[in-house]
Formats: sequence, C-alpha cells, structure tokens
Amino acid sequence: MDRSKGYTGRLLIVDDNKVNRLLLARSLEQQGHSISFAENGRQAVDMLHAQPFDLVILDVLMPELDGYQVLELMVSDQQLRNIPVIMASSSEELDMVVRCIEIGAEDYLHKPVNPVLLKARINASLEKKRLRDQQRDLIRKFATEEVADDLMQTGFELGGKYVEASVMFSDIRSFTTITESQTPAETIELLNTYYALMFDAIGGHGGVVNQMVGDGLMSVFGAPLPHKNHQELAVRAALEMVELIDLFNQDQAAQNKRQIKIGVGIATGQVIAGYTGTQQRATYTCVGDTVNLAARLESHTKVVGQPIVIDETTRAGLSPDIEVDDQGMVQVKGKTVEVHIFSVKTDKVAVSAT
Amino acid sequence: MSDPVIDPTTFQSLIAGTDSAFVKELIDTFLGDAPTMLNDLRQSLKDNNADVFRRAAHSLKSNSASFGALQLSTQAKELELLGKAGDLAQVGDKLTALTAEFDRVKTALRDWQHGSK
Repeated sequence: MDRSKGYTGRLLIVDDNKVNRLLLARSLEQQGHSISFAENGRQAVDMLHAQPFDLVILDVLMPELDGYQVLELMVSDQQLRNIPVIMASSSEELDMVVRCIEIGAEDYLHKPVNPVLLKARINASLEKKRLRDQQRDLIRKFATEEVADDLMQTGFELGGKYVEASVMFSDIRSFTTITESQTPAETIELLNTYYALMFDAIGGHGGVVNQMVGDGLMSVFGAPLPHKNHQELAVRAALEMVELIDLFNQDQAAQNKRQIKIGVGIATGQVIAGYTGTQQRATYTCVGDTVNLAARLESHTKVVGQPIVIDETTRAGLSPDIEVDDQGMVQVKGKTVEVHIFSVKTDKVAVSAT
Repeated sequence: MSDPVIDPTTFQSLIAGTDSAFVKELIDTFLGDAPTMLNDLRQSLKDNNADVFRRAAHSLKSNSASFGALQLSTQAKELELLGKAGDLAQVGDKLTALTAEFDRVKTALRDWQHGSK
C-alpha cells in the first residue's frame, strides 16, 4: 500500500450499524489510519472527551444522540470544534446533511462509501486540519490562546466593540533602580521568570495579557471571551501574583539575589475591545476610561502602601471571602470626580510598596 | 426472469476492494444483525414508533446495498421513507414482502459462503 501520499491519523467512526463500521474501518486501516468505533452519538461524545482524534466520520441517523446533535455539541465545545467531521449518509438524509454542513461539518460521503472517494476526502480533511493546527500554533506564539481562537473563528477584522471587563495593570516596583544594579543578562533572566509567574497566575484565572511593556503588564478579564465573574477572577489572579512573587523572593533571598515587589491596579467597566493597528501589524487590545483608571490605580498602590488596589465596581463583584480595606475617595489623574478605592487584603504576604 | 437477488457487479467489487475472508465475516455480521432489524421493524410497526421503524429500515437498506442486494435495499428504502414521513399506516404487506426478499438474500449469501470455501 502507498502511504507516501496523505497523512495518517486517529479516526473515530461513529455508526450504529456494525456492517457499516466494518466496511469503513477496512478501507481506512488499509490506508494506515488508526481506527476507533462508537456505536452511537452519546458514546462518541464521551470518547471525544476522553482521547484525542484527528477526524470523525459521523453517521446521521443513530439512536441516543444523532449525528446532527453530536455535531452541534462538537461545534459548541472549545476542545472539539477543531476536529474535522465528515458526515456519512445516504441520499434519503440529504436534508440533514445540508444542515450539518451549515453548522460546520467539513464534508460528506454518500453511503455505501466508495473507497477511492473516502481516501481522497479523508486526506483532504487531515491536510486541512494540519494546516489549521500549524496556523493556530503560529498565532499562539504571538497572541494569546483566546485571541488565536477568536481569530480562527471570526477572522481578522479591525474594529472593536463594547465589552464589560476587568482591566489589570501590574508592574515591578522600582524596576529602573533594579536594572541599574545588575547586568543586562540578569535583568532579562529576572524579567523572564517574572513573566512566567505572572502569565501563569493571569492565564490560570481566565485573564489575557495583551500588553507587555518592560516590566509592566496589561491584562483583561472578560474579553475576548466573556466571563460572568471577571471581577473576582481578576482579583484572585492578583492575589496569586502577589503570593507567587513572595515565593520567588524567598528563593531569591536564599540565593542572595535581588527581591522584587509588585503593584496591581484593577478597574471594572466598559472597555472598547478589538484589533487595532493596520492590516499588516495589529494587536488585540482594550481602550477606554476603565483602562486608564486601572493604570492610575496601579500607580496609586505606592500611595496606599498596599500591593492590590481596586475600584468600587470591581469590589462589588467579589465574593465575601475576599477581604478589602476601604481606602476612601481619592482624586486620580485624568478623572474629574473622586474615585472610591479599596485595597485587597493579602493575609499571607505583606508586599508593601516602596 | 427477474433481476438477480445479489447484483454480481457490486458483490465482485466488494470482494475486489477487500478480500473473500473479510466479505465472509461481513456476511456473518449482516446475517447476525438483520434479524434484530427485522424484529425492530415488526415491533415498531406494532408500537407505531416511526423513528425506530425508520432507523431499522435505514440500516437494512444501507447494509443490503453494500452486498448488492438491490431489490432488498429498494424495499427497505421504501419503508424508511414511510418511517421518515411518519406514515406507518401505508406499510401494509410491504414488510412481509421485504422479509421474504431478505430470506432470498440470506440464501444467496450463504450459498456463496459455502461455494467459495
């Protein structure tokens, strides 16, 4: 057999009829693919969640969940929507096949399946998936996973929309002084460790880092993917950031290295989110009053001597176990009215601002 | 003389695309599963369950087409469409006729299995 052409993959055949499964598997095994079977839609969905597949061949008429329902579940599932699906059906279900293609099936095969056509369609689908995976990997190196998914799904378009989100600014206190006291290599190493820790805490709470300027990070919670409790996620991320920096400092102290302190400001409200730039060079970002306020609150951490400072709207979205101290009304730069601010209690760690 | 029970062109190309041993196994699977499908047809007709009726007829249609049992496949397709339309009252003696055709297909497939040993 000739395996030089075409990619082999992990295929899931979903059909309630055993003769159909055997016939499909026979052709596909000859082409070097590894084959798994599901006898109905319910079983297929369970298997798709349990192990990775490169392609699904899906029957339309099945007990439990039919092919249409399986496809709908797959399309609405972040993990499964990238797996290509080829519908296998007879002409009597053409109406359903059309619906399946409309909601995202890659292709369809007429039963009884012609082996030559089967091979061609499987190869084409696997090749397309491989290219899409490559493209996504590439985008992910330069953008966050959420932005990459958003780009893959909706395509690239400059322009924005209003989104309710929590915006976080964070940076290292007295970073300039630190850079002056050590070698460039040490500074880069420090920054890389710092980034790794911060990205972990932010990403782990559903946040997206969308600006990195020196030691400063701007992150958004609630966009591009909406989150119901973005305020809480942002504050929990901030608490973890402070805790991670504390652990990092213990490590640094043990090696007789420089310790760092961070400040975090969080504001919640409407932001304009979208891709800004040109068709050649663009970035996903958020702008608006909320963003400016978050930046101001971050610099205000120095004034109140607390690592995390948030606005009233952010505080309103927190569950009671997160304790805050009322820091009163303050006048921040760029705001005509005073803003009610709070600092978040960081029991385990006391990171004071310098 | 009517059409052959099994269309030789379809059946030969099935063997050519796989091999005799596989086709024998496939026949065993089909003849093993088909009584359940026929039973589902009878039971769902009695229960007036058009969905189950449609699915059973659908399986029988596609399986018989795979072996070249074209007449059986056509009859099953007719029942499938009645099931799809939810019109089981129109089934009449069509199910009896289909069962008789299935018996002819079964005999032909068994004959081939024995003959090609």
